[in-house]
Amino acid sequence: MAFQRILFTGVGGQGTLLASRLLGEAVMEEGLPVRVSEVHGMAQRGGVVESTVILGGLEGPIISNGEADILVSFEPLETLRALPKCHEDSWIISNIIPIQTLTVRLGQAEYPDPDRWIDFIKQHFKNTVAFDAESLAKEAGITRAVNIVLLGALAGCGTVPASPERLKRAIKKRIKPEFVEANLKAFELGLAQVSR
Amino acid sequence: MHPLLTDDPGKNMLLLGNEAIVRGALEAGLAVAAAYPGTPSSEIGNNLFQLTKEPEAHLYFEFSTNEKVAMEVAAAASAAGLRSLTCMKHVGMNVASDVLITLAYIGTKGGMVIITADDPSMHSSQNEQDNRYYAKLANLPMLEPSGPQEARDMTKAAFELSEELELPVIIRTTTRTSHVRGPVELGPLPARKQVVGNFERAPGRWVPVPGVARVRHKVLLEQMEKAQKKAESSVFNRIGGSGKTGIVASGVASCYVHDTIMELGCENQVSFLRLGFTYPQPRELLSEFLRSVDKILVVEELESFQEDALKALANELKINVPILGKASGHFSRLYEFDPAMVKNAIADILGYKVQRPKTPDLSRLPKLPMRPPSLCPGCPHRETYNAVKKALDLLGYTPKTIYPTDIGCYTLGLLPPIQMADYLICMGSSVGTSAGFSVATDQKIVSFIGDSTFFHSGISSLVNAVHNEHNFCLVVLDNSTTAMTGHQPNPGIKLRPPGYEKPRVPIEDVVRACGVKVVRKVNPYKKKATIEIFKEVLTNDKLSVVIAEAPCILYYRRVGGKK
Ligand SMILES: Cc1ncc(C[n+]2csc(CCOP(=O)(O)OP(=O)(O)O)c2C)c(N)n1
Ligand code: SF4
Repeated sequence: MAFQRILFTGVGGQGTLLASRLLGEAVMEEGLPVRVSEVHGMAQRGGVVESTVILGGLEGPIISNGEADILVSFEPLETLRALPKCHEDSWIISNIIPIQTLTVRLGQAEYPDPDRWIDFIKQHFKNTVAFDAESLAKEAGITRAVNIVLLGALAGCGTVPASPERLKRAIKKRIKPEFVEANLKAFELGLAQVSR
Repeated sequence: MHPLLTDDPGKNMLLLGNEAIVRGALEAGLAVAAAYPGTPSSEIGNNLFQLTKEPEAHLYFEFSTNEKVAMEVAAAASAAGLRSLTCMKHVGMNVASDVLITLAYIGTKGGMVIITADDPSMHSSQNEQDNRYYAKLANLPMLEPSGPQEARDMTKAAFELSEELELPVIIRTTTRTSHVRGPVELGPLPARKQVVGNFERAPGRWVPVPGVARVRHKVLLEQMEKAQKKAESSVFNRIGGSGKTGIVASGVASCYVHDTIMELGCENQVSFLRLGFTYPQPRELLSEFLRSVDKILVVEELESFQEDALKALANELKINVPILGKASGHFSRLYEFDPAMVKNAIADILGYKVQRPKTPDLSRLPKLPMRPPSLCPGCPHRETYNAVKKALDLLGYTPKTIYPTDIGCYTLGLLPPIQMADYLICMGSSVGTSAGFSVATDQKIVSFIGDSTFFHSGISSLVNAVHNEHNFCLVVLDNSTTAMTGHQPNPGIKLRPPGYEKPRVPIEDVVRACGVKVVRKVNPYKKKATIEIFKEVLTNDKLSVVIAEAPCILYYRRVGGKK
């Protein structure tokens, strides 16, 4: 199994840790080695929350610049922030709906124009999948499942060693029964975003 | 049932390093545990706290008021023959160090494990001290896991080791070993364990008056000689690969070395000594290793702990091998490592060229707005800060006011637009430093401390302030929880987690009992009344304490708003 480093990034409250954990559990169920690193503590108070999934028997839990093979980002500004972690052939899977920052709201900074910068990303990274994950989550009936929509898209890329079935089983196991159905739908909608 | 009680030996679970530690302790028959929370150790205490609700866990756990108390609770349980544990973040060891160092002399009976979680790069801490020096200072055995499976294995082994040596054993993690998930193979849970201890009096053992301490110090040195023999043959210290370039690494740094060797495919060029039982150093193993290679690279985060020990050993044994690491400039004493850093250093000494991945030109990216952590919308701390600011403005004191602060969510009051945090050292320092500012200046002093921090280390300084007639206004931000570290209970909480029925110690009673005469309580959401009270106490030139009482919004929602 090839070495692979996957970076998840988002804003506190978007469920970054759940997404990386679900992937980790699915990979483990495939009988393959995996490490998942999580951010806890200070950084969670509305700040950026990053996690990683490391595959192929690698043990180091963090990712150096240029070494993320896949970026899964829940928020476009955070996608831009994480680009230095990626290389030419990285997959970039990104939500395009912004979450404003406090500094922007206070007028101390400017939020980069999402359309323009998504184009920039597409020009520089040929494997870019960027879409409105929020609408899909809403369509699935669970607005906060942006993370699961993106996990579905990740599965659609076919680059991770966990089948969509395994991932769905992980969702069923980890998520409260009353939300399972909507989350599975969110997963399917994400999966359908990536046609291979 | 709590997932960590899964009784299915051989099964793999995807556990966080901290969860793996708890699992290892359960498998070892842990009976009594006590802790004060602190990132990155907090999930250990949180899981133990959850587990106390499970009768089949047969476990006593408490959140103690601070790390010193927690270590004392665990020490006494061990002296009574039970297996015990305490855990804390790195700076917690400073608070508990008075216990630690003499506990090493009197020793333990039931296996006792002390977990210290360091935070290289200070992801959520005020310093990045290297707690491996505590093992050396106290002269106690230390194990350092590099991943979740080892965290479980080492914790289990640490209890055995502790019981054999009659010494507490330190397990030192870092953020990147505490907060990493990986598959952990479960072992069996004990069918039966001792949960009621029996303390046998032996003053010559347990009461370190000078005559006893002199004997016990000698015993400690003898026991640590035995510990060294254990380290020599420990499964946690192992050599892999073959080659004339030696690499010694421990903790998460050893993961980066492992990955580099895999990625560069250089296992025939390097001999890799992975250290897990890291103190006392396995001298025999290390000297053999020193003799078997032409040069050595030591890969360790923070201080040159192993590097210095290796150099001393090489010097003593007159082995002339270059030992590279921090002093040679291959690594920094600052911050945590990352994989590329380690890969480059190893490639450099092997004379390899590392192929960097091709990256697009990102120089056109705009400056991105930051997303610093901030107080939650509706947080009561913000209301209190605003009321204090308003009162000071109305009184015209604002320009000459100093705000000593403390550690908790409210430290975020440092950031705009609040900016009311001027001076901070450690937990509890708001009160002691207010005293210092009050004797050193004629400025107005308004200091802030959280409820959990008040119980942790604010009380004795408040007594000091009364007795020595210091003059400042201390605002206790009583949000009914220890919010910053994940909402653990503390003795003052009104709003309780379900089933939590321990007696309450109201902060107001404590403050009055300390001898403070001007004590007021406010509800910070009642803006007008709060401002009026602050105006009143700030006009009055006396030591005062204002308790701002309103639950943390997040916590309030989580426990369903039940009081
Ligand atoms: C000696 C020490 N132990 C633990 C910590 C970790 N820590 C930081 S803030 C905090 C408690 C915060 O609780 P509280 O004072 O009630 O403030 P809140 O976060 O609820 O606003 C803890 C335990 C630390 N920094 N130092
Ligand atoms: S967690 Fe609670 S105390 Fe901390 S910022 Fe949020 S509301 Fe305030």
